[in-house]
Amino acid sequence: MATQILMPALSPTMTEGKLAKWLKGVGDEVKAGDVIAEIETDKATMEVEAVDEGKLARILVDEGTEGVAVNTPIAMLTSNGEDVSAVAAPAPKAEAPMPKVAAEGADAKAIAEQGAKGQRAAALEAAPAPEKDWGPTKPITVREALRDAMALEMRRDGDVFLLGEEVAQYQGAYKISQGLLDEFGPKRIIDTPITEHGFAGLAVGAALNGLKPIVEFMTFNFAMQAMDQIINSAAKTLYMSGGQMGCPIVFRGPNGAASRVAAQHSQCYASWYAHVPGLKVVAPWSSADAKGLLRAAIRDPNPVIVLENEILYGHTFDCPVDDDFIVPIGKAKIERAGSHVTLVAFSIMVGVAMKAAETLAEQGIEAEVINLRSLRPLDTAAIVASVKKTNRLVTVEEGWPYAGIGAEIAMQVIEHAFDWLDAPPVRVHGIDVPLPYAANLEKLALPQPEWVIDAVKKII
Amino acid sequence: MAQAAETRKRGRTKEKTVDHDLLLKAYRSMLLIRRFEEKAGQLYGMGLIGGFCHLYIGQEAVVVGMQLAISDGDQVITSYRDHGHMLATGMEARGVMAELTGRSGGYSHGKGGSMHMFSKEKAFFGGHGIVGAQVSLGNGLAFSNWYRGNDRVSLTYFGEGASNQGQVYESFNMAALMKLPTVFIIENNKYGMGTSVERASASQDLSKNGAPWGIPGMQVDGMDVLAVKEAGDQAVAHCRAGKGPFLLEMKTYRYRGHSMSDPAKYRTREEVQMMRTQNDCIENARHRLEEAGVEDKAIKAIDDEVKATIQDAADFAQSSPEPDPSELYTDVLLEA
Ligand SMILES: Cc1ncc(C[n+]2csc(CCOP(=O)(O)OP(=O)(O)O)c2C)c(N)n1
Ligand SMILES: [Mg+2]
Repeated sequence: MATQILMPALSPTMTEGKLAKWLKGVGDEVKAGDVIAEIETDKATMEVEAVDEGKLARILVDEGTEGVAVNTPIAMLTSNGEDVSAVAAPAPKAEAPMPKVAAEGADAKAIAEQGAKGQRAAALEAAPAPEKDWGPTKPITVREALRDAMALEMRRDGDVFLLGEEVAQYQGAYKISQGLLDEFGPKRIIDTPITEHGFAGLAVGAALNGLKPIVEFMTFNFAMQAMDQIINSAAKTLYMSGGQMGCPIVFRGPNGAASRVAAQHSQCYASWYAHVPGLKVVAPWSSADAKGLLRAAIRDPNPVIVLENEILYGHTFDCPVDDDFIVPIGKAKIERAGSHVTLVAFSIMVGVAMKAAETLAEQGIEAEVINLRSLRPLDTAAIVASVKKTNRLVTVEEGWPYAGIGAEIAMQVIEHAFDWLDAPPVRVHGIDVPLPYAANLEKLALPQPEWVIDAVKKII
Repeated sequence: MAQAAETRKRGRTKEKTVDHDLLLKAYRSMLLIRRFEEKAGQLYGMGLIGGFCHLYIGQEAVVVGMQLAISDGDQVITSYRDHGHMLATGMEARGVMAELTGRSGGYSHGKGGSMHMFSKEKAFFGGHGIVGAQVSLGNGLAFSNWYRGNDRVSLTYFGEGASNQGQVYESFNMAALMKLPTVFIIENNKYGMGTSVERASASQDLSKNGAPWGIPGMQVDGMDVLAVKEAGDQAVAHCRAGKGPFLLEMKTYRYRGHSMSDPAKYRTREEVQMMRTQNDCIENARHRLEEAGVEDKAIKAIDDEVKATIQDAADFAQSSPEPDPSELYTDVLLEA
C-alpha cells in the first residue's frame, strides 16, 4: 500500500507553510531520515525528513506553492517493492482523527467556571470557626516556639529532618535550631555548604521521594538563589505529574526587614510566594502562631513557605502547653474585636496594627484586628465577615504596595463585600523603595502605628 | 542494509563472548525508543503533539546501557529529552505517547506533556524542563537513599549544555561532601540547542568536571550499548559500595533537531549523515547480533513486535479522550 506524506507542522505555532523545494523526484528511492523537501515556516526554512522507506511515487504539491496547510498530503511513497505507476492519487484528504473531548465548547466552559466559582465559594461559605481553646498557656519566645515545633514533629516522624546553613553545629544563625543537633544527631540536623540552589533542589528531590525536609534559609533574601527549585520543582510537580508526585516540604526562615541591614537583606517576599498555586504560605506573629503553624506546615503534604520575622524571634507571647497544639493553615485569627474598622495584617505588622488599635480605642475608635496567619490559602471569609460588620478596611504590610498582599485583600473585599464598604479601602505598606540603611531613613520607609492611625482617620 | 553494515565500525567493546540475551534485550529496548521517537515526530508533524518535543534519536544506547547496569528501585531523573528514559525504565509506550498528545490516558493525564512525566512505580522522577534543575533533584533522590540507609543508587542524566549550570557544580560538591550514591551522566550530544560544546565549555573533557571534588569520571562511547553498560556497572558498583558519586561522560549524538522546530543550521548535513551511517547504536547492535550468529528470524521478530507496540501506542494516544475540563482544578494541592 502506498503511504501518504503529509505537510508537517514544524513548529508549535505553524498552521501552514510554503513548499520551497523538492529534493527528491518521482521514482527516487527514499530512506528514513533522507531529506525530501524544504519547507518555509513562520519561523525558518526547515528540512523535511522521510519517516518511511520506499520510492517517491507522486508529488502532489509543486515546489513554490505557498500556504500549504498542515496535514495536506504532499506526496505518495510506495512500499515493499510496489510499482510506482500503480499508485493512485489519494482519496479525499485524510482527516487527522479529532480528539474525543469530554465536554465541548460552552459545556466545557461552564464546567470550568463551575470549578472556579467552587474554589471561591468554598472559601466564603465556611463560617469563621471560633478559635479552639487549647487550655493553659506559658510565655515563650517565638524562637523557642519554632524550635519546639520542629522537635515535636521530628520526634513524631522519622522522615522529618532539618537542613540549612549553620543549623547544626552553630545551633542556627538565629539560634532557632538550638539543641536539635544534640537530640537528633547529624543525620537529621544537617549543616549544608552555602549553596541555596543546590540544597533546596536536593531537599525537593528528597521530598519527591517521600521524605519530609525542613529547609532553613538563613533569611528569605537568599532563597532567591533557590527560587527556581521552590517554584518550578516543588510547587508544580504535583500538577505536572497528574497527582502522582507530591512534595511534602517546608521552607522556613526570617523574612522582611530586620534592623539596619539595608536593601539586599530586607525584603518581604510574601506576595511573591502567595502568588503561586501549588504553594501554601504562612506568616506567624505570636509564639502560638509560630509553634502551631510550623507544626501544621511540617505535617502538610504540600510545599509550605513559613515566613518568620527576625525581630519577633526574641518576643515573648503566651503559648498553649498542650502537646497536641496546632494551628490549621488557612485560618485567620481575630486578635482584637472591634466594630468601626477592620485592620488586616500579618507577621510583625500585627503588632503595629495592635498598637494602633490601642491608641484608636483611647480616642473612641474600635478597630478589629485580623491576624492573617496564612497568606495562601487566604481566609477571605474571616476578612469579609469582619468588613461586613465594620464597613471599613485598612490593610497593613511591611512589603511594597505594588501587586502586594494588601492589593489582593482589597480586591477580595471589593469582589465579596463591595456593597458593605462605606469608604474606599486603604493600604498601609512599606515605602516603594529599596530599604535604606540610615536609621532615620529606614524608619521612614517602614509602617509605624501612626501610619495606621492616619489611614483609619482618613476613612472614618 | 548489509552494505551499510560493511562501512560501520565493528564492535568496539573488547570482544568477549557477547551475551546474546543481554544484547537482544538492549537491541529491543533501543529499537523501541527509536521507533517511538519516529512515531512521535510523525504525530507532531500531523499536529497531534504540540509545544516542545525533544527527540532522543541517536542517543538510545546511553539510557539503555545504563538501565542494564541498575536494578529495581534505583531511581532515574533527567531533562525534558525524556521519552527514551521513560521507555527504558519500563513505563508503558501507551501512557507516554498519550501524554505527548495531551490525553487523559497519559502519565500526567495530559497536564505535563512531553517534558514532564513521572512514574513512582518505575522510580522515574521526571522529566524536567529547566536546564540543570534535575541535577540538584537527583542529589535529593540519592540523599533519600542515604537517609534511609538502603543500597539504592540514583542516575542523574543531563546534557553537556546543562553541565555549565551553577547548580550542577553545587550538586557535585554536595554529592562528594556527603558521599551520595549517585551517578552523574552527562549526555554529551555535542550541542545544546545550536551551540556546540566547543563554543560553550572551556574544557572539552567533561568527564573531568567532577575532579575538583574528587569525583571519579570516565569518558564512554555512548554509541556502544555494551560499553555504556560496562562503564555503568563500574560506576554503580562504586556508588553502592558507599564511595560517593561517579561521573560518566557519554559521547553521543542526536540525529534530529534540538526540538521539532529546529532548522539545524549550526551543523552540516554531512556531519549528521556520517554519525548516522557509521556509528549508529542500533545498527551496531544488530550487526553484533548477526556476527554472533543470532538468527535473522529472532531479530525480525523483535522488529515486528516493536512496530506493533508503537502502532498500538499511537492508536491509543489518538483515541484516548482529552482530559475532563474538571482536571483543570485537580492536583494543585494534596488534601492535608
Ligand atoms: C534554565 C534554562 N535555560 C534555558 C532553557 C532553554 N533550553 C532548553 S534546552 C536547551 C539546551 C540544553 O542543551 P543540553 O543540556 O546539551 O541538552 P540537550 O538538549 O542536548 O539534550 C536550552 C538552552 C531552559 N529550558 N532552561
Ligand atoms: Mg546537548
